[in-house]
Amino acid sequence: MTDDFVIDVQKLVTRFGTKTIHEDLTFQVRRGEVMGLVGGSGTGKSVLLKTIIGLQRPYSAQIKMLGEDITNDPRAYEKLRGRYGVLFQDGALFSSLTVGQNIQVPMLEKGGLPQKLINELIALKISMVGLPADACPKYPSELSGGMRKRAGLARSLALDPDILFLDEPTAGLDPIGASAFDKLIRDLSTSLGLTVVMITHDLDSLAAICDRISVLIDKKVVVGTMAELVQHPHPWIQSYFHGERARAAFEAAS
Amino acid sequence: MTATLAAPQKDPATEASLQWEDSGRELLLRASGVWTISTIGTVERMVKKAKLDRTPQTITIDAAGVQHVDTAGAWLLSRIARDAQQPSRIINLDPRFERLLELSQDVEEPSEIAPPERVMFVRLLDEIGAGAHHAACQGRDLLSFLGLVTIKLITVLINPRRLRFKALVNQIEQVGFNALPIVGLLNLLVGVVLAYQGADQLARFGAEVFTVNLLAVSVLREVGILITSIIVAGRSGSAFTAQIGTMKVNQEVDAMETIGLDPIEVLVVPRVLALMIALPLLAFFGNIMGLLGGGLVAIFFLELSVSQFLNQLLVAATLGTLLVGLVKAPVFAGLIALVGCFEGLRVSGSADSVGRLTTQSVVEAIFLVIVFNAAFSVLFSIIGV
Repeated sequence: MTDDFVIDVQKLVTRFGTKTIHEDLTFQVRRGEVMGLVGGSGTGKSVLLKTIIGLQRPYSAQIKMLGEDITNDPRAYEKLRGRYGVLFQDGALFSSLTVGQNIQVPMLEKGGLPQKLINELIALKISMVGLPADACPKYPSELSGGMRKRAGLARSLALDPDILFLDEPTAGLDPIGASAFDKLIRDLSTSLGLTVVMITHDLDSLAAICDRISVLIDKKVVVGTMAELVQHPHPWIQSYFHGERARAAFEAAS
Repeated sequence: MTATLAAPQKDPATEASLQWEDSGRELLLRASGVWTISTIGTVERMVKKAKLDRTPQTITIDAAGVQHVDTAGAWLLSRIARDAQQPSRIINLDPRFERLLELSQDVEEPSEIAPPERVMFVRLLDEIGAGAHHAACQGRDLLSFLGLVTIKLITVLINPRRLRFKALVNQIEQVGFNALPIVGLLNLLVGVVLAYQGADQLARFGAEVFTVNLLAVSVLREVGILITSIIVAGRSGSAFTAQIGTMKVNQEVDAMETIGLDPIEVLVVPRVLALMIALPLLAFFGNIMGLLGGGLVAIFFLELSVSQFLNQLLVAATLGTLLVGLVKAPVFAGLIALVGCFEGLRVSGSADSVGRLTTQSVVEAIFLVIVFNAAFSVLFSIIGV
């Protein structure tokens, strides 16, 4: 193996009843890269993400994360806890806790940290994701959608994970907020050495921050850089990367 | 002088450690190992104990031995330097981690994590006031909703073409027909219990036969309708709130209005009418089942014959007794449906308000049913029924 894959999914088969979503799918992510995951509705992007983080059992597969074989092994996930963070759509913050308490949850679960240090780390995470310090004692319902996403990101970064999974991070944000969020993810990925896997439909995000892109198509993954995929002959990829919107996004990125 | 601040080093690859060298004017801290969120807990406690932030010397942190740092470790390193009395610095940190130190630079002081706590007494007063205000507003809004629904109901009844017949029948099936098994079973059981307990007490006077009177009057006048209403409030009132509330969350109600449909007419009127039709029927069915349950006890435990039971029943209960119970049914139905729809339409924004308001709707409906039942009792005793 020449590459250092932090995520290595081999021969993944996912079935719901008689419907096959993934057939013999391979998905690999290198250390430190930002990997975009795109595909039409119902092609199983979220299912793939859920399978990797263990929320969904595959029909059959071989999955390795950070060198651990986690195929159908809940105990392996215990070992990896804290080494990956997930940002769900709209943050998935615990609504009964304040932003600060939300970020505190994983740290308390981890244990062994003095409360003073936890408080300081919360402030650090909040400043890292670009939230004002006074957002800390607020409840998620008091925040805007963009701020909730940032708070969710801060919680997923609470334990300094190696891998960050993002499910449509810019969906529902205005274009300015979305590009600010893109820049934030890029910054964090370089300064923290994070590996990022993001599901997105946002061509601007893809063009601006993704090193490589995986396209879910025909139950498999086609992977490549933006430049390679633009040349790809598959009709869906062609129409995806050659539409009006795509052109505008590339012009903005270049 | 050399001292190890960290706990005895077990494994330098997985531990953070800090050693100090005191050269009089300067304090040299040698940091080594892995400084991550899993390891720095112990170092942080040592730093606190050593009161490094009180030391009058210049602190220099030599981070040459540090193999790995995450944001938490970088934060701790930079905090030791920043909290020192004299200008301090961090040297020899692997350039890979410089960026993490920069991130730790301009962090605002930790703000409160929890919302500010208030004094117990003030909070108590505040909650009493807010509760009273909320209850008053709720009563006012419910009353104005009653007015609105009444007007729509009259409009629909005057102009029956505007009645959504299909929706009405569908609702009657859901709230009436589908509730038959549970209403029947629970009333039967209550009838059994009433007859059994009554017989137990009356046997002391040798008046077991009056168990039937007790059963007939209590089931027909009070218990049958009350049990049925409470079941329906829990079953259908909650369903109304959840259905309409979900439609509110999905903006279906908004869409209706923009298309020109009146949500009250489409959603509320069929439900209110359906329940007002179904509840009296359900209550009647419940009464029969209650009497049946009591009858089973009378026949099998008191050893009355079927004809004795029926005779005694006819003596005890008149058509009036039955009607006194059933006349309450449409009123309770109106209350339950009104509260259910009202709370459903109050849902706003997020899905969690659906759950909260559904609970509230059931509690309010049962509360109102019992209060109105008491009011009916007073009324009936005044007019002498």
